[in-house]
Amino acid sequence: MERQAAYLRNALFDQGYLDEQFLQLEDLQDEANPHFVEEVVKLFYTDSVRLIQSIELTLKNTPWDFEKLDNIMHQFKGSSSSIGAKKVKKECSQFQEYCNVGNVEGCIREFQEVKQEHAALKRKLENYFQLAREAR
Amino acid sequence: MKKGGRKISALVVDDDRVIRVVEEKLLVRFGLETKVAKNGKEALDLFVAGNTFDFVVMDMEMPVMDGPEATRALRARGVDCMIVGVTSRGDGPEKAEFEAAGLNCCWEKPLNAQIVGTILDKLAKKLS
Repeated sequence: MERQAAYLRNALFDQGYLDEQFLQLEDLQDEANPHFVEEVVKLFYTDSVRLIQSIELTLKNTPWDFEKLDNIMHQFKGSSSSIGAKKVKKECSQFQEYCNVGNVEGCIREFQEVKQEHAALKRKLENYFQLAREAR
Repeated sequence: MKKGGRKISALVVDDDRVIRVVEEKLLVRFGLETKVAKNGKEALDLFVAGNTFDFVVMDMEMPVMDGPEATRALRARGVDCMIVGVTSRGDGPEKAEFEAAGLNCCWEKPLNAQIVGTILDKLAKKLS
């Protein structure tokens, strides 16, 4: 079980889902905060849902407020980077680039990518945390 | 880490809750005493209320009052502690404006143990 958890964790790094910032979170986990990583990830997913909804709402209003979209995505990117969500962060940057040039189609397409990577990482991390808990 | 018997104190200013939690934990791990603020106005209010800190970690983009505005306001009040800017905007005019507002240094997010170590080294030099 422990080996499975370790395997899952390493795969997340190898496949580019997580970067070294996740290692920083793991370093901060200690006896005083034994579930710190999982708690921070949960917090991220709670808060980022709100940001995604905010983007969706902004996309419903035309003409598009590219500045507002960029600002929300900027916060989303910062939050993602603080937990080491490498792919999510990359898609956020790509969305911002489309925003900067006012590329509507690009933004719509890229927003789907952001949501997909966001959801994929959530599933993978939930699996990993589950296995890690069972291994203890 | 102590300064003449008392812990080094830091203020984390960021509108993102996840970032506040991570940055605060990181600083506490280094033995610092920390407080948090959600935006520049809250940070300024803490100083106005008489709080002092050895350094401030100031996010650039925040609602109500952003990093550059808060930094300018603090410096105008005579606050001379270290103010460390953090941003994920990279190099550019916004970063330059932020630095010109009165930062001691500016780092790219996310904050990590290495950056905190560098900040504490700078602080030690500043205080010696």
